[in-house]
Formats: sequence, structure tokens, C-alpha cells
Amino acid sequence: MISLGLRLTAEEEEMLDGRRGNATAKAMEIITTLGEIYGAERLIPVSSVQIAGVSYHNLGEAGLEYLAEMAEDGQTRVLTTLNPAGMDLEEWKKHGISPDFAANQKRVIEAFAKMGVITTCTCTPYLVGNLPHYGEHIAWAESSAVAFANSVIGARTNREGGPSALAAALTGRTAEYGLHLDENRHAEVKYEIETELHNTDDFGLLGQVIGNRTKNAIPYIAGVPRATSEELKSFCASIATYGGVALFHIEKITPNRTPIPEKIETVTKSDLDNARKELDDEGATIDFISVGCPHASIGEIARIAEMLDGKKVSEKKTVWITTAKPTKDLAIKMGYYDKIEEAGAYLVSDACCAVAPLKGRFTGLMTDSAKACFYARGKNNFKTEIRTVEECIEEAIS
Amino acid sequence: MKLEGRRIFRGKTTGEVLFSSEDISFYGGCDPETGEIVEKSHPLEGKSVSGKVLVFPTGKGSTVGSYVLYALSKAGMAPLAIVNEATDPVVAVGCIIGEIPAIDQINIDKLEDGQKVEVDADAGVISILEQ
Repeated sequence: MISLGLRLTAEEEEMLDGRRGNATAKAMEIITTLGEIYGAERLIPVSSVQIAGVSYHNLGEAGLEYLAEMAEDGQTRVLTTLNPAGMDLEEWKKHGISPDFAANQKRVIEAFAKMGVITTCTCTPYLVGNLPHYGEHIAWAESSAVAFANSVIGARTNREGGPSALAAALTGRTAEYGLHLDENRHAEVKYEIETELHNTDDFGLLGQVIGNRTKNAIPYIAGVPRATSEELKSFCASIATYGGVALFHIEKITPNRTPIPEKIETVTKSDLDNARKELDDEGATIDFISVGCPHASIGEIARIAEMLDGKKVSEKKTVWITTAKPTKDLAIKMGYYDKIEEAGAYLVSDACCAVAPLKGRFTGLMTDSAKACFYARGKNNFKTEIRTVEECIEEAIS
Repeated sequence: MKLEGRRIFRGKTTGEVLFSSEDISFYGGCDPETGEIVEKSHPLEGKSVSGKVLVFPTGKGSTVGSYVLYALSKAGMAPLAIVNEATDPVVAVGCIIGEIPAIDQINIDKLEDGQKVEVDADAGVISILEQ
């Protein structure tokens, strides 16, 4: 039934016609159909997969049922990790997650585990062992990680959905189209940055400004003299949230080669100030502070632990520092976890404030993440304020 | 009259057209249990896609929408078939995992609410049986 455009190898034909099991056949059907829609001529091997759609809050019973069906005979063929779940898989109780939700979330994780997925749940797989190299073809789903992999690392992935990423995991293949091809990776609009950028919040705001303007057009960004990995991950989350950008170029910072576009836009300090105003709701009463969207690195956690050492979080406020489980384990070893938790804040792993079931629990979020503001408003009806990490922690202990 | 397009997911069915001039987001825009369109001020708001040949330009919104089509299918509330101008990946994957016949590359302006049509997704053809 495959059109003449898409050619399959003998092994791929076997996967499609069911000789490698039902889940593999379903997975191959997803991949070949997407390939046909986008005019791919062949499938290509992928070496790494990252699956989104893990929180039971988003998946619901239907998503879980699908995963259970695929887990009957599906097995991953390549390194595969997960996006954040709706709760810390171990310490969920003290974070106020209901036992019902926890039971359902665990069923989701068990279905993935049965398929051989490495069940660390993080939007920053590149920080914890799922790290592709330049030019490597992968199939990732989390939008901020897709932007980071394509742009900062120079690996190649389209923005996959949950089922298509799982399909890539079970077949070890993706269809060759979109950002897997050189000709689709060239910059389309040049953005000249005429303002200084200092912290993760500034980079988030820059992502918001460019994302809103560029939509899906690939940006070439000039005038950013330096950026930390943490600032780049904040930028990735924001530009993918506000603009659907899966690939960008920053002059002298990102590794991909591209012709420099003739169309030029500028970003000024007032653009950034306006973006900040846009995310600062009037009359917000801050009762929730969250840092770690995308998941905090061990360096960020070390700094937060230092700031919270010997302090006490206000009784009226809840603080979530969200990170990947391997990073949390390292934070425990280094004593950062104790400093954070003794201050009354939580170091939450495997989850984040965007996918946890938090609606109705808080009214106002302060965060350093422009992406977290977007989901806090849209999904949870929280008011938001965007500040530096230092200001967030000061707010927490005030 | 016959309209020729492209198979997205196999199957053959006959039913009544439910037409939307606007794109559909299944995640957040369609109740996964009843099939009712719940997106505010959508032209199909309050109508159920269940048991219809659902015709709309293309999908929009979150990739979780694929699971909504799967849920509808499991609940026996899915559309009989989906017909698009251009099927987006979210709807395509939803049709595959929910096993809903689907075709695209159809000039949907030729279709209207209430027509009885036959969808032959294998051949990529939709035939208008009665106006």
C-alpha cells in the first residue's frame, strides 16, 4: 500500500507487515504514513528517542490504554527516555499529589518500562545521559529539548508527537523529511539583538519576543556575545513555546552552518521590557515559586541551595525546584537537597509545574521561565511574574 | 460526483457529512468521551463528531489530540471517517492509532453538511451519493 515515493528496506517491510509483532507494525504504520504525508523517500535510523505525553494529567485513560496496548509486544530498539510526568515518582505524597493520580501515573510509567524505555522523566535528557552528537539523527518530542538538540547540539530531529516518538523508539526509524534534511535547516530571518541579556529570565524573554515574531521561520540571531547552557535552555523553551521554533542559529554560539538571511529584524531593550510586562500580571499574589523549567542543572541547584542555606520559606508560599532524577540524586550526594528541603522548599524530580495537576492549588506563580508563565496561565489560571532566580528565591523567603 | 485524494488511513464507510470550515483541535477542543466539539465559538460547537464523516480543512493544536481520536474510537464515539484538505500529523497519527478511515488532498468546498457520501480511503476517493 506504500506509494512509490517512499521506499522501504526488507527489514522495514517486515516491521510494517506484522512479522515483527503488532506494536512494531502499528509503529511502522505511523512512521510510513507521516513519511508519505511529507514526501519522504526513505526511512533513516535514529539513535535516540525522547517521548512526550507522559503526565497522566495530559494522557488520560485513553493515552494510557494506547500505551498498554503497545506494551503488549513492543520493545524499544534505541536509547529512549521520557518527558516529565505529573509528579515526583517517589516523593509525590509530600507535594500534595492525590493517591488516585499517583496510581494512574505509575501505570503510565510501568507501561513505558515494560517496553524498555529508561523511565527518567525530564525535558532536559541531554543533561542526564541521553545526549546525541552533532549531525546525529534522533526523534525527540519535548519542544524545548527539540530546539536544544537541533540548535545547540546540532543533532537532527523533527518535533515529534508522543505516539510518533514512541513509534521511532519501537522501530529505530524515522522518515527522512523536515529538519533531517540540510535544505530545511537554513535560517530565514536575521534578528539583531540590540540589548544586553543577563540571566535565564532575559533569555526566556528574548525567546518570547523572537518566537512571537518569527512563528515557524528559522531565526539567525546576531549580537549575543555569550550565553550559558542554562540560558540557552531557557531560550529554547521559550522560543518553542511562543513560536513553534524547532531550530535556530546564534552567531558564534551554535554549531550549524547556514546562509545568513537578508531579511533583518531588530530586538531592542524596549521589546524585552514589553515582553516582561506581558508576563507580569497585575495584582498577582505570589503563593507558588517554581524554578526549573526546563529542568534545573546541577549548577543551578547548587546556587539555589546556597541561597536557601539556613533560610526559611514563608509559610504562605510553596517552592518547587524541578529537575531530573539523576540530577536530584547528585544534589542529595552533594548536600544541596538537604539545604533546599530544610529551608522548606521542595526539590522535585521527574515532574514540573507545567504538567503536574496543580489547578486550583495556587493563584500566583513567580518563576524565571517564560515558558512556565505560558502554561501556568493557560492550563492552571495562575497569575504570573517573571524574575531572576535570585529574585524568585528572595520572594520565597520574604 | 467523485472527489479524488490520498489515503491517510485505510477503510471504507458510508455516512453523513459533518462540515467545518474551521480547523479542529481535538485536544481541548473535543470531548474525548462524547465527541462533542467544545471549543468556544467554533462553528461545530455543541455538535458531536461521533458517527459522522467529519470534513474540515486541517488539524491544529497539541499532539495529545491524537489520543483523543484514539479515545473516541475505543468508546465507539469516533467519526466514521475524516476528510481533510491537508491532514496534519496530529490527526494522521490519531486516525492510525484509532483506526479511523481518512483521506486528504480533497477540495472540501464541494462537500456540505448532511450529504450522504461513501468514503473509500483505500482508493483515496469520496463519492457523493445524495445531496
